[in-house]
Amino acid sequence: MVRSDQIRKLLSKAAGIAVLLAGALLAASLCFGAPGDSSQVPSIFDPRSTPATWIDHLSYFVLSITGLIFLVVFALLVYVVVKYRERSGDERREPAQVYGSTQIELAWTVIPILIVVVLFLATARVIHSIQDMPKPESAVEVVAIGHQFWWEFRYPQLGVVTANELHIPVSEAAHSTPTFLTLLSVDTDHSFWVPQLAGKTDLIPNRANHMWMDPYQTGIFLGQCAQYCGTQHAKMLLRVYVDTPGDFATWVHGQQQPAVLDANVTAGRRIFETTACINCHAIGGTVANGRFGPDLTHLMSRQTIASGAAGNTKANLRLWIQKPDAIKPGSLMPAMQLSNANLDALVDYLQTLR
Amino acid sequence: MSSDAMAIPSARTEARPWVEVAHEWVTTVDHKRLGILYIVYALFFLVVGGIEATIIRIQLIRPNNDFVSPQVFNRMFTMHGTTMIFFVAMPILFGFANYLVPLMIGARDMAFPRLNAFSFWLTALGGLLLYFSFVGGNGLYGAGNAPDVGWWAYAPLAAKAFSPGPSSDYWTIGLLVSGFGSIGTAINIVATILCLRCPGMTLNRMPLLAWLNLVMSGMVLITITPLSAAQIMLLIDRYLGAHFFDTQAGGSATIWMHFFWIFGHPEVYVLIIPCFAFMSEIIPVFSRKPIFGYPVMVGATVCIAFVSLSVWAHHMFTIGMNSYANSFFVITTMAVGVPTGIKIFNWLGTMWGGSVQFKTPMLFAIGFLFQFLIAGLTGIMLSSAPFDWQLSLSYFVVAHFHYVIVGGILFALFAAFYYWYPKMTGRMLSERLGKLHFWLFLLGFHATFDVMHFAGILGMPRRIYTYEPRPGWETLNFIVTIGAFIQVIAILVFVINLVFSYFKGPRAGNDPWDAWTLEWSVSSPPPDYNFASIPSVASRRPLWDLKHPEDPDSRYE
Repeated sequence: MVRSDQIRKLLSKAAGIAVLLAGALLAASLCFGAPGDSSQVPSIFDPRSTPATWIDHLSYFVLSITGLIFLVVFALLVYVVVKYRERSGDERREPAQVYGSTQIELAWTVIPILIVVVLFLATARVIHSIQDMPKPESAVEVVAIGHQFWWEFRYPQLGVVTANELHIPVSEAAHSTPTFLTLLSVDTDHSFWVPQLAGKTDLIPNRANHMWMDPYQTGIFLGQCAQYCGTQHAKMLLRVYVDTPGDFATWVHGQQQPAVLDANVTAGRRIFETTACINCHAIGGTVANGRFGPDLTHLMSRQTIASGAAGNTKANLRLWIQKPDAIKPGSLMPAMQLSNANLDALVDYLQTLR
Repeated sequence: MSSDAMAIPSARTEARPWVEVAHEWVTTVDHKRLGILYIVYALFFLVVGGIEATIIRIQLIRPNNDFVSPQVFNRMFTMHGTTMIFFVAMPILFGFANYLVPLMIGARDMAFPRLNAFSFWLTALGGLLLYFSFVGGNGLYGAGNAPDVGWWAYAPLAAKAFSPGPSSDYWTIGLLVSGFGSIGTAINIVATILCLRCPGMTLNRMPLLAWLNLVMSGMVLITITPLSAAQIMLLIDRYLGAHFFDTQAGGSATIWMHFFWIFGHPEVYVLIIPCFAFMSEIIPVFSRKPIFGYPVMVGATVCIAFVSLSVWAHHMFTIGMNSYANSFFVITTMAVGVPTGIKIFNWLGTMWGGSVQFKTPMLFAIGFLFQFLIAGLTGIMLSSAPFDWQLSLSYFVVAHFHYVIVGGILFALFAAFYYWYPKMTGRMLSERLGKLHFWLFLLGFHATFDVMHFAGILGMPRRIYTYEPRPGWETLNFIVTIGAFIQVIAILVFVINLVFSYFKGPRAGNDPWDAWTLEWSVSSPPPDYNFASIPSVASRRPLWDLKHPEDPDSRYE
């Protein structure tokens, strides 16, 4: 009985290790197995910006120390379980009664203290480097404002207001243009997390937080709200477009223009301006100046709507206006109760906002 | 040592009407019955919280699933967390403390039997109030019944503006009421241990279980109060128009976080320290050796208690504290690892050179050691603030604290069940079902919670009711859900074992494990008032002295 338990015990340990290893391999393959499409899996071990890279390096250091501790203690555990298991004939005889050993206990107090000191110093250095980084003259400033359940981005130096899709320039070694974010919230707590660019920082009402990132590669980086903020926390998605300096300048120039006024869609525009739309949405150069929802001046320059919950297509726009709960149940966008004709006209108008 | 039990004739042998039996249980002030009430109550809520977890996992089994609405999902994770912490873990540990502490220190009951009953019924009322919210009122704006603000109820999400209905008030009042129950029980445990120890049982000879429950109770007295204070402030905000947490009127959202976590982090230790206590009783008995380094074990526990009061803001590394505050909480958090490490090493030292018996309680104890080791190491990773900026609020953190609470606390509780069930009922639990339960639960646990770490590393935040199909997320979430189902099956085996063995299990006798503490000197279940004559002890292992008169512990201590 004892013997078979023992074998089963060992088998379980082997199975446990196998599971762990399989998991690690799986994760590794997931982290590194999708070349060319890094934006699809926002792995923290796939950094594309300085703060994320520093964290990545610190992580490997901490992982290797904790991994070493795991191996040593796990080996000890396996050793005592195997070596000191009860053998037949032991039943009538108690092992030597040992009450402790000051030297050994002192050793396993002092060694962990030394490890803690090392880990602390390594950690404190990275905390200081990231948090106390001075803002260079060349930095792009962005104010990110959390709303239930979308992101507002304002560029005070550039006079640009947009939503959900943050555009920032790539930061080249020769000419570094990091982006410094000021994080605010108008309602509940949110958290800005784009794992490949930086660690997360919360957006807290009545408080200004700060973070920065300097992506060294162009592309689209995915993230989302990480702090539970209400019913639709799950679909408060976030995209960061890292553009070349030229593309970024073009994008900024486009965003600085007032809305396109297209004479073919005045019907739709009238609907927008005479219904509840303007209570919440702004369109630059028109009477619409609501601030509760995303700025729609350049709606069609964005690839997604509803904070990344759906692609920016005609069908989705129509559905979003008519029945937002079909895309994002619990969002604060009301169903607009428009007739089909009005809805079509309104969507046509919105689709001219390039 | 003279604790050989005098046989006490049982007065209750004939069958009585169930009303009379129920009346006896409802009005009881006996520590053993209250202990069992706590445990049964907690087991009921374990099943409820487990059902909520299963709903969460079914919803997340594949991307864009619509098994439940976001409103229901938010309710489920809020209620799952609240239930498991406040109405499973705490009452079940109080139940064991209630049952075991008087028996182990040679007392006939707790110091304040009526306060004991009052505390239990307050806790019971708290749970009922929380669950009444399912019929009692609305939650977040337009979101239907039951609390859905997360078990931290962060301000201002729990403020009137965002959570207009009374459901979060049921959360507040339910926890407030059960918090008072916890304080009552903690006072009782402290008083019992300090005042009712039998002759000869100096503090230095107390079983570690009593020592650790003393420390735990002291911590309850310190930590429940800030939570209660914050909850009262929240109620004042909501109903009397104050602005403690009302950010629109100059209040502070972060103050709530500080109040909550200065409760919340020591709370983790309130839960884990009694589990250390189980380990410190079970591992020696099944290794056939005394605990290695008793004074250091006590010292390390007291040290953990003190240091754990200064680590709370490691739950808040992402809220934008300055680099000095962050560094402070890094060093204090890492420092907790030292006494915790000492404990693990001392348990290994206890097994070293022993004769380890793989009975079911010991299997769960070894599972505890393995998982608690990993939980501690992922805790070290999270304590490194920059690493935490990535891992915090992700599935990695969910995996970490479930490693502590399920892999640590629940495994220790299962060990305690298999170890003390014979004492409580007079019947042994089935070893065969016990081992099946262990292996199934181990498999399910690792399938679920090992895999969750990787989902977090791949950027999956916690508390999301759905997710887009992304490479990695799909497979990982599928495995996690399968693991959850395996755990459900394992729990079913456990429940079957509890029920079946109660009626059909072999008789336990006084001392089925050949153990050394006083509870094994009396009959199983123990008679009313435990000891016919109060025992007196001369060492930490009174029954060892009795069984080995040629080589008693008292000679060495």
